[in-house]
Amino acid sequence: MATVEIRNVRKSYGPVEAIKGIDIAIQDGEFLVLLGPSGCGKSTLLRMVAGLEGITGGEIAIGGRVVNELDPKDRDIAMVFQNYALYPHMTVFDNMAYGLKIRGIPKAEIRARVDKAAEILELGRFLDRRPSQLSGGQRQRVAMGRAIVREPAAFLFDEPLSNLDAKLRTQMRVEIKRLQDRLGITSLYVTHDQVEAMTLADRILVMNHGVAEQIGTPLEVYQRPASLFVAGFIGSPPMNVLDGRIDDRGEAVLVPGGQRLLLPQSRPTDAGRPVKLGIRPEHLAAAAADFPGGFSIEIELVEALGADTVVYGRLPDGEALLVRMAGIPTVRERDRLTVAPQDGALHLFDAVTGRRVE
Amino acid sequence: MKQTRFIDLVPHIVLIVGVLIFAYPIYVTLIGSTWDSATIGRGGLPLWPGGQGAANYAQAWAGEAGERAIYTPVRTMMLNSLVMALSIAVGKIAISILSAYAVAFFRFPLRMAFFWLIFITLMLPVEVRIIPTYKVVADLGLINTYAGLAIPLIASATATLLFRQFFLTIPDELLEAAKIDGAGPVRFFIDVLLPLSRTNIAALFVILFIYGWNQYLWPLLVTSSGDMETIVTGITKMIGTGESANDWHLIMATTVLAMLPPVAVVVLMQRWFVKGLVDSEK
Repeated sequence: MATVEIRNVRKSYGPVEAIKGIDIAIQDGEFLVLLGPSGCGKSTLLRMVAGLEGITGGEIAIGGRVVNELDPKDRDIAMVFQNYALYPHMTVFDNMAYGLKIRGIPKAEIRARVDKAAEILELGRFLDRRPSQLSGGQRQRVAMGRAIVREPAAFLFDEPLSNLDAKLRTQMRVEIKRLQDRLGITSLYVTHDQVEAMTLADRILVMNHGVAEQIGTPLEVYQRPASLFVAGFIGSPPMNVLDGRIDDRGEAVLVPGGQRLLLPQSRPTDAGRPVKLGIRPEHLAAAAADFPGGFSIEIELVEALGADTVVYGRLPDGEALLVRMAGIPTVRERDRLTVAPQDGALHLFDAVTGRRVE
Repeated sequence: MKQTRFIDLVPHIVLIVGVLIFAYPIYVTLIGSTWDSATIGRGGLPLWPGGQGAANYAQAWAGEAGERAIYTPVRTMMLNSLVMALSIAVGKIAISILSAYAVAFFRFPLRMAFFWLIFITLMLPVEVRIIPTYKVVADLGLINTYAGLAIPLIASATATLLFRQFFLTIPDELLEAAKIDGAGPVRFFIDVLLPLSRTNIAALFVILFIYGWNQYLWPLLVTSSGDMETIVTGITKMIGTGESANDWHLIMATTVLAMLPPVAVVVLMQRWFVKGLVDSEK
């Protein structure tokens, strides 16, 4: 158990800079999720912590000890891979015991640790089997067992659930969360799945093009996205973004459709400033046709998901607008509908930089 | 109905004819080894077993001389061939798996140059480099030794390439998992790579053992004394130049004995292939 500190870490492949200076201190026992699209550098960052990639600049410290020059085996970490990376010719027991055996831990203790991990992961019946005789979920558990028995300072997960089907993924997600709560081991978890990130994380590090867009708790990231990128990445369906301009008195946002949306507090200094206006689909609700600041949309598509309904609408000027309503559909395609944002549902972003305007 | 039965029959007939063509010379050899030399010498070899089998094999196995010439006993030649074939097979596998490991898993200067160097030796058959090789072996004093028989034939580009291709299919994550588990390069090789390669090793062993066993030209050059004779060269030496009659009954018996080890290797190793196919682990 330990802290993991990442100080201004950079990674270049020749002239290409993959990671452009990431700074974060992960607390002892914290669950940090690295979230971002493919190619954003999140896996590279994790592999740098693991010692599988060299560090071009900056420092990584595990438990207060700088590990830049240490081999993976000396960093006191355990890693769970996307394709599990189990040794195909070894039994489940040997897979879990291998790392301990190399470290010269006595046989009796290996036995005890593996048995304990197997019990936690409900793998007891499978200890004599080979990975090829296990299902995907069971292999995933063995990979986690191999990490647990090491009793490392930190767990590193590299998209561990990507190879599982949707139902199993949900199940394993809950198990990982429970396990981490129980063991209290500092964890870094890479994923591109925002639901995994939201449900597992104590804090999320949202990455894009090798830069940390935002670091915060799942709710902070959802409620106060620091940039347009984060706003678009977190939340499903994604946030609606409209071009807008703050009016001359700094009291409202004007959108090209003619709506005037009142700001929670007036900001005279920003009068006349062009902005991007973000509204989450779930924060739009049906309103009376003449509701001030309401958006009139023509419904193009209705997706009934059971618990809620996603409406794909189009504004008169051709912009798309998504609305998420609770319950089964009450509207039909080609209907007209007026929707209005709920109080405090407006997010403002700088029109040029995309950063959040507070 | 009749039509389909006819169509079913055709492949069977073709296969049976093929088997007969392949099996007939072996059958003749087998029969020939059970008659006395006079019967064979008259040119009318019967197609049924004769009564001389036990005596012929005993004589070929241990005898120092036939009725018309002096030979090296088969047991000596078999031992020589066995040592040579095993050394070549084991040596080739050991060297090629190690060089494939280096080329596939390590980054070092001139890695690709070494790879291509190994690769182009494929273009040089033993016969092309036989004179310089002979000179080297002779200067090292290895004429008429097991080392001289086996070592020059041990380098193998084919096996290296085969192992390299197999190693490239092993996912990087497996190596990384081993690194995190604390396995160094040697441990990874012994604990992970070797067990995963065992079906490849078994297949190569069969091929290379037979390759070694059947070597002719090289043993002919580097052995001159009778007690270093290998069985393949031995058989040809038993067949005279035509100026005198041959001990055909002994030649046939020797030939049958020479076939046994390769057959045994194929039969024994076949189990490994099947095992490898049944619990495919990747």
